[in-house]
Amino acid sequence: MKQSAENAVEVVGVSKVFGQGASEVRALDDVSVSIRQNEFFTLLGPSGCGKTTLLRLLAGFEQPTAGQIFLSGIDIAGLPPNKRPINTVFQNYALFPHLTVGQNIAFGLEMLGRPKAEVSDTVERMLRLVRMEALRDRKTSQISGGQQQRVALARALAPQPKVLLLDEPLSALDYKLRKEMQLELKRLQHETGITFVFVTHDQEEALTMSDRIAVMCDGNILQVGGPRDIYDHPADRFVADFIGESNFMNARIESVSDGRATLSLTAGATVQAILPEGVASSGDVTVVVRPERARFLKDGEAGASEVSLPATVETIVYVGTDTHYHLKLSSDEAFIARVQNDDRGGFLPAQGQAVQVAIAASAVQVLKD
Amino acid sequence: MADTLSDDVLRRAAERAQSKRFDVRTMPGFTTIAVICFIALYAPLFPMAFYSFNAGDSIAVWQGFSWRWYVSAWSNDLVKDVTVRSLIVAACASGIATVLAVLAALGTTRTQPFRGQTLIYVLINQPLMVPEIVTGVALLVFFAMIKVATGYTGLIYLIAAHAAFCIPFAYLPIRARLEGMDKTLEAAASDLYATPIQAFRRITLPLMTPGIVAGAMLAFVISLDDVVITELVKAAGQDTLPTYMLGQLRRAITPEINAISTALLAITVVLLTTIFFLTSKKE
Ligand SMILES: Nc1ncnc2c1ncn2[C@@H]1O[C@H](COP(=O)(O)OP(=O)(O)OP(=O)(O)O)[C@@H](O)[C@H]1O
Ligand SMILES: [Mg+2]
Repeated sequence: MKQSAENAVEVVGVSKVFGQGASEVRALDDVSVSIRQNEFFTLLGPSGCGKTTLLRLLAGFEQPTAGQIFLSGIDIAGLPPNKRPINTVFQNYALFPHLTVGQNIAFGLEMLGRPKAEVSDTVERMLRLVRMEALRDRKTSQISGGQQQRVALARALAPQPKVLLLDEPLSALDYKLRKEMQLELKRLQHETGITFVFVTHDQEEALTMSDRIAVMCDGNILQVGGPRDIYDHPADRFVADFIGESNFMNARIESVSDGRATLSLTAGATVQAILPEGVASSGDVTVVVRPERARFLKDGEAGASEVSLPATVETIVYVGTDTHYHLKLSSDEAFIARVQNDDRGGFLPAQGQAVQVAIAASAVQVLKD
Repeated sequence: MADTLSDDVLRRAAERAQSKRFDVRTMPGFTTIAVICFIALYAPLFPMAFYSFNAGDSIAVWQGFSWRWYVSAWSNDLVKDVTVRSLIVAACASGIATVLAVLAALGTTRTQPFRGQTLIYVLINQPLMVPEIVTGVALLVFFAMIKVATGYTGLIYLIAAHAAFCIPFAYLPIRARLEGMDKTLEAAASDLYATPIQAFRRITLPLMTPGIVAGAMLAFVISLDDVVITELVKAAGQDTLPTYMLGQLRRAITPEINAISTALLAITVVLLTTIFFLTSKKE
């Protein structure tokens, strides 16, 4: 079977089972996903959801129990790692400790049997690309964590792979360096035009860096989409909960027309929202509202496209850029409203106060389960 | 606030915790016991080394400093002969043992865990557990059969016997080195287009070399010092240095034996120190 060569990587119905019998672990369960050419694609999910396993299958360190993997339309099932034009940036970098920075970067090219002149040219170019020219002859044990990360990146990029796999490459770095490297990675991906498959369990990192994100849970891919798509339209409760902060509310579908449902919220208001595919057109549903999509009203001035809910302020938490108001709705459901600390002088309630929260109707998202 | 801890009580508790953090060195008598152990281990070596420099013929009455027993040992053809034999046997046996140990260590650390792996460990380390005299007797009987069948009585038997009991000593440091080595390094090599053989030559082998050298040296020292198995396996006129010394001790003892022992001790200490530095050095 030949797949479309448009996609850099095509994963079709792949399962991976470790162990047998009672100790069997289904790390991946019938996963299918397409990764486009030149895309920054992120696998996002909690620990143990199978992200590394999927990367290892792509790299060739493991063989799938079932399913196929295509690279530019070619089934690469039987190929060992050294025959796949795919390189990996390992979580612990895995730099060769007995070689210098330059020798590490040259390794892949030498194994490919490239001429000496080309190897040293490419090494120089890679060192410039990751801004490490000065450290070419250092042993890799004598450079900092951030520098090791760059060397690992340069080493994996040097042979110009079709796909670069990155397994949580930033998790060992401190916050500031991580922010810096996020931009750096984005820049490198842009400059090299290589397809990046990036693994992280940090949703913020995924949102900032990716062209598209696949959210994983328990060996399944729950949703694939652009960062905005996933944030604004989470498919189910897990995705909504895992990415960003969420307020979940119970609602009942009153009527449906034109793919839009009229919902009555248990907290006491009626609102119209898009009914996603695969949701029954009657009965109880869960809706999600992001905390930053709520604001406080001073005496019933709700806009035309807003709904207002009565609530009581329970706790106020100051977090620097924002203030979080923990509210209790009339339905006894908890609700968090996030207000930016921008001195714009909107109405801000005090603890214990009874208030009206306004939610933009477009912010109400119906979930699949 | 009566029932909370007062600052004073808190401070005293903290101080006590500081000083009493469990440390075996603070146990009563620790230093004494440690000193006694070290004395018991090393004290006997000092008179031996001391009297090797005795100018007189006694190993117990000091008559002044002299190198004479070292010179005498050095110019003793018999000593030269057995020393050369010891070195040949130790070099060959440790070489063979190291090659086998490298293969065994790769086989037990660089494969998927397999059924019976523990059994393999036990089998490899068997010479450490079976009493040496038993191994010696077994080899004696076994080699006797071969000798009768082939008529060959050369040094090979001794080398083979030494190689066999040296394997675990070579194996253990090499395995420790391989186990301490990050397996993702080999994965990274194959990810970077190295064939399994290239990955071994360029990555695994250079990184395990300190372990191999340590294993070889340990095997060498063990072979050099062996008495029991050598005594049983050697043919007539195949004395090694230790069995020769044992023979000498049955006759009149002169400080020459002290001199040889001291020299052997010095070589052992140098080799073991090297092993220590090789195995304790990171990467
Ligand atoms: N070699 C293996 N043998 C047995 N089980 C394994 C093996 N590798 C992974 N697993 C199991 O498969 C599941 C997925 O593991 P995986 O390493 O892919 O998770 P992950 O998403 O990368 O998690 P993390 O974020 O913690 O790295 C886990 O339950 C893990 O225990
Ligand atoms: Mg992982």
